[in-house]
Parts: sequence; C-alpha cells; structure tokens
Amino acid sequence: MDVTYRILRFNPDTDSAPHYETYRIEVPDSATVLDGLQAIKDVQDGTLTFRRSCRQGICGSCAMRVNDRERLACNTQISHVADGNELRVEPLANMAVIKDLAVDMTPFWQKFNAIVPYTIHAGERPEREYLVSNEKVRHLQQFAGCIQCGACYSACPIVGSDPEYLGPAALAKAYRFVGDPRDAAKKERLGIVGSERGIWRCHTIFNCTEVCPKGVDPTYAIELLKKATIRRKLGLG
Amino acid sequence: MLRHDILIVGAGLAGMRAAVAAAQDGSVDIAVISKVHPLRSHSGAAEGGINAALTEGDTWESHMYDTVKGSDFVGDQDAIEIMCREAPDEVWWLEHAGTLFNRTATGEVEVRAFGGASVKRTAFVADMTGHALLHTLYEQLVASGVKVYDEWYVLSLATDGGTCRGVVAMDIRTGELHPIQAKAVILATGGNGRIYSGRTTNAWINTGDGMAMAYWAGVPLADMEYVQFHPTTLKSNGVLITEGVRGEGGYLVNAQGERFMARYAPTKMELGPRDVVSRAEQTEINEGRGVDGCVFLDLRHLGEAYIMERLPQTRELAINFAGVDPVHELLPIRPGQHYAMGGIRTNLDGETVLPGLYAAGECACVSVHGANRLGANSLLDTLIFGRRSAEKAIQYVKEVDFGTFPESEVTRQEERIRRVLARQGNERIGLLREEMGATMAEKVGVFRTEAWMREGLATIKELQERQHRAPVDDKGKVFNTDLTAALELEVMLEQAEVIAVSALARTESRGAHYRLDYPERDDANWLKHTLAYRGEGGPRLEYADVTITRYQPEERKY
Repeated sequence: MDVTYRILRFNPDTDSAPHYETYRIEVPDSATVLDGLQAIKDVQDGTLTFRRSCRQGICGSCAMRVNDRERLACNTQISHVADGNELRVEPLANMAVIKDLAVDMTPFWQKFNAIVPYTIHAGERPEREYLVSNEKVRHLQQFAGCIQCGACYSACPIVGSDPEYLGPAALAKAYRFVGDPRDAAKKERLGIVGSERGIWRCHTIFNCTEVCPKGVDPTYAIELLKKATIRRKLGLG
Repeated sequence: MLRHDILIVGAGLAGMRAAVAAAQDGSVDIAVISKVHPLRSHSGAAEGGINAALTEGDTWESHMYDTVKGSDFVGDQDAIEIMCREAPDEVWWLEHAGTLFNRTATGEVEVRAFGGASVKRTAFVADMTGHALLHTLYEQLVASGVKVYDEWYVLSLATDGGTCRGVVAMDIRTGELHPIQAKAVILATGGNGRIYSGRTTNAWINTGDGMAMAYWAGVPLADMEYVQFHPTTLKSNGVLITEGVRGEGGYLVNAQGERFMARYAPTKMELGPRDVVSRAEQTEINEGRGVDGCVFLDLRHLGEAYIMERLPQTRELAINFAGVDPVHELLPIRPGQHYAMGGIRTNLDGETVLPGLYAAGECACVSVHGANRLGANSLLDTLIFGRRSAEKAIQYVKEVDFGTFPESEVTRQEERIRRVLARQGNERIGLLREEMGATMAEKVGVFRTEAWMREGLATIKELQERQHRAPVDDKGKVFNTDLTAALELEVMLEQAEVIAVSALARTESRGAHYRLDYPERDDANWLKHTLAYRGEGGPRLEYADVTITRYQPEERKY
C-alpha cells in the first residue's frame, strides 16, 4: 500500500513555527500508523521525532492526532483511518511541542499528582488481602486500565480553554481511588476533584470517552465523582 | 554535579520497587533515572500474572520445585527459595498498595493456571497484570517523593578504583551530558529482546542498555545463551498473547486441527513450559503442519463472556494486529523472543562483583530462571530482587563515601557521541537493526546448530563494522531519537555477540538453548553457569557452579 504522510513538524533548534512535511512510503496493507512513522525514520528521514515503545497499545507513549482525531499510532491500522491514501499526523493538542510529535506532558503529570494518586489506608492492614467483591474489582479495572497516554487531555475542549482544569485522565484516576473500598481518603479526594478546577468544569462533551483507546470512559468516571460528591453533600454517603 | 546516595537506572517494576523500598529508610537520598517516563516501561506489557503460593494446599516448596524443574536444573536454588518464600508477602504488599487483582466469589485474590506449574498459583488482573502492577508501583513512587529523571539516557557507568561511582547520562530533552555521582547504582534496565527485532514481544526500549554498561565495566554477563521464545506471539508484529489464554483453557492446534501437544507433553499438554511448547510448535511448522509459518490458538470454546472478563486485552490485540476475533476464529501464532534468562551476574542481594553496582529484574541473572523461565515468575523476580537490592544498597551507602567521580568518563562519552554523529556512509541504522534481528532469530533461535551460530556470529561481527557507516541524520541537541537509536544499536550488537559466543560454547541442550547437533542435556559437563567477560577480541568465557540445595537434577518430563 502506498501512503502519503503529512506530518506537522517543529524543531526548536531551527524552526520558528511548525510546518507540514510530506513523505510517501510503501507499507504492508496491515501496517499501523506507527509502522509507517518508523519506516519513514528508518529509511527516509532519521530526524523525524516521535515517542514509541510497546507498540501494542499498553505503554501510552505514542498518542497523537491522526486525521483530526487522537489515536495511539501503534494500534491504529493505516487502512482504517487513511483519507484516500493520506494521513495527516500532528502532535497532541493542549500541550507544548518539544519537537515534531513529542509534546511536553509536564502539566498532565502535575494534574496526575494533584489528585493524590495512591491508596491511603486507615488502621491496621490485614495479614492477607482485603476482601473485595470481584464485581467491584471489575468495575474499577475499567478506570485503572487507563494508560495515561494523554489522548483525552488533548481532545478535551475544557482543558483547551482552562489550562488549570484537572482534565479527564486525572479525574478518572481519582475515581479509581474514590470507588475503591480499601481507600480511606475519599473525603480528601472528593475535596480536590470538587474544587473549581475539577469535575464541575466538565461539560459532558464526551470527547474524552470517544477518543480513549482503552475504553476507560472518563466522562462516566467524572459523573460518578459528581454523584459521590452530591451524595456526600446531602449526607447520603 | 548531580549527586544521590542511590541512583536506580530504569523505572519498570524492579527499579520502582527498589526505589520505594529504599525510600522507606528515610535517611538516604534516592533518585530514579529512565530513558522513558516510568509508566512507559515494558513491565506494563506483562499480561498473565504473578506467581505465589497463596492458596490452601499450595506451598512455597511446590513453587520452588516447579521453578527448579522449569529452569532445567541450572537455576540457583538458594535464590529460587528466597523468591518463592517471599512471594506471598510481596503479593499482599501489592494488594494493600491498591492492585485490583481479580477475585473469587468470596472476595479473595483468585489464581489461574499457568505453564509448568503443578497447581493454580498465578494471581492476575484480567490479562493486564503488568500494567496494573506498573501503575501501582508508580503510585507508590509518587507517594514516596523520590526524584525521577525521566527521558534521560544513561550512557555508561563511571568507575574509579574498582568501585562504581555513578553514571554519565544524557538529558534527552536538551541533549546535554551530565555526570551523576552516586555511592550505589542499581541497574534495573530490563531485557534486550530488540536484539531479535522483528521477532520479539519486547518493546522498542528493550535494548539491554544496563547489561551492556555492566559488561563494559568488567562485570560478567551470565547465561546469555538462554533466550526465551514465548509460544504465542503474533506474526504481524511479534506482540505477546498471554500464556493465561492456555491457563484459562485455550488449545493449541495445528493445520489439521490436532491438539499436537499430546505428542510433546502428554501430561501438561498446552501448559508445558515455554521452551517445550515453543519447540513443539516450531517442529509442527517445520514439518508442514502449520499455515503460513504459524500454528493456532483456539479460544472459541471459552465463550465471549468469559473471554471479556479474563482475557479482554487478548481479544483487542488479536483484532488490532492479526485481524482475527478469537471469540469466533482461530488465532495464528508462532514462537517469538520474549525474555532474557541471562544477564548481569548478581548474588542474592543484587550485588555484582563491582562494589557499588547492583542489578535486579530482567537485566540481572541471580539466577532464578536458569535455562527457562516459568510464566508469571518474572514479575515476581523484579519485585523480590528489586527490593532486596535496595535493602542491601541502603546498608552499603551508609558505610561508604562518594569517592572520586572519574571526569574522564564524561570525556569518553562526549567523544563517543561526537564519533557517532560524525559517521558517514550509505548504511541505515534502522536497516542494520532489522538485519540483526533476522540473523539472531534465524541463526541463534529456537533451534540451533554450530554451523548456524557461526554464520550468525559472523554476520553480527560484520554488522558491528557496518554500523560505523550508518550516519545519524539528526545532528541536533533536542530530543535526538536518531542518536539514541544509534547508541542502542551499538549496545545490542555487543550483546548479540555475547549471546552467540555463549551459545556456541555450550555443547548440550538445556532449557531454551536447544542444539540439533547436541540434543541431550549433559549434566556431567554442563551443569554450570556461563560467565562472559568483555575481552580484547570479544567475550571471554568462564564458568561457575550452580547452587543446588533441595532438588537434584532429574529427567525433565511434562
């Protein structure tokens, strides 16, 4: 298959503004967007810069915008998304570009840290495991399955308009703890996500849910956090 | 100069477990350095689970015996005993830290069947166990407040007076080199599977940087000939399909629909150890009972609901990368490189022969896996020996001072990079990498002979020369992944040579090292570890005894 990549490139050493560069490349019919990028780098232009590691949709390195939508380059088949035989590849939005397709995720990680992203226990720990129902575990696994790729953060228009907004990934992470019966910091965490930077800024636009490559559904997590907050305010739990 | 009491290189499970354990002390300054953000580490791609004798009726002795037998009796039994005894508490530690293990109907951690195990003993988080553990460890790392240098590429160890004094590293973001002084360095850099590029389950980052660094610093690499081929990998891109599929009842069938494992491991069938199953598959393929270089995994009888509960990622991977929905269709698979049983030789506390240098996880060889690792023992290995290395390093750094950092090492690395950036010629880094991978898969693969390995070694030596004619297109400073790719190729070609030389010397078959010209295990001559030291013209091999405590070698049948 003959594919044309139009890639938004930016090298801070030499460029004053981003610009598109075009590459034509022959790839197998089953090739992924990442396969094509790697082939360009290997054969045509070693300066092309992008992050990648696992190439199986689990490490979260290679989220980028492909034909106007956030995707993992590694688990996206070219044939499924090419417009004609053309792909337009751009870095994630809502974060500064370091070089080409690599963005500075510092604010994303700061927000991850802001929700106190670790289990906090009260009292003695059991000798073995805490008893938790499999139903509860499976419910939480959906949110814990987040790979922190940043696709939702890029797609969220609220993040775009308010850089202080915690954003869908951090909020989904917060729900993963708030919903966990082993965690003892529910009140503190609901305080953090209930701040003016948190859940009430969400306009339920569902962009995050649509682009999530892992089916995490951050909008659902945000709604569950809203529900928990309201119940607490009403003295119901 | 940047300076920390303990510097941990690599932020996968071993590195982060070491960091979290070290941070508990509270009085020691710790930092973690990794060429990627910790959550991008390849531990996250582990799927099936983690072994521990958790259930009534299971014992650490049984876990130990299975592991020793799985290792083809060349694993060190003192190390295996420690791992198996400490396993349950490590799983409880993870559970308390928040890992969402799948549960039984009564809310306890559930276990599934896995290869080479005599009972169900693999705790799991669907088929994304590595991901779950990696994120749990990162949460704990954030909680510990340990400094993390992410997207820093460590170039070399700095040694002075026969002691490790720190590292020289490049901040990938700026391209600047920095010496980092440390009393203790713990290498936790993971595997080197990209040496088998095109035929490996490993991530792009798994280039064995730590193994190469230690080797350059005079530390021996042990048992590098034992390269695990996982039986179920996808042909298109080598992605792993978990052994948990077979643990949950999946079948392996050939082109005739026959469950061929009955002819190779009649008792354990699909749950034989990986070396045995991979050889069985390759034999089926070689003898014409495969299709297009593959045999098949059959999950259809498990049903959609069960697959979605316990193997959801497997379905996603099969659909994305093989175009097959395993709920309804046979999934073509073949053996692919998966794991390095060998690595930096350490003792039970992660210490190497170089004072101040420790290693843990896949980059290390302690050795708990011997000639063949059992599935779901690697996550366990990373955690147990990551923690133990940190505990030992804590004691060490309280007793020693920083010494002198050898500035010459910075100069040496600056020159190395200048030389790489100045390369000229018609070769391409990416194409040499693929040639290396194809050579190793074909010549030092599932089946080996002296002739093939000699050819393979000759090609690797050629590639080592040719890389000097593979220019780096990117001459810039910022985020130069073209430069790091060149450096990674350099370290992989060095290790490829060690693998081939170690394998050529071992004139027997044991575990994953199977020679058609020496098909029998030879305990009289070869019940010993290979130690490869860096010599003038290539690796210099020595041998070391295997520690046997409880279980004498016996015939290995499944």
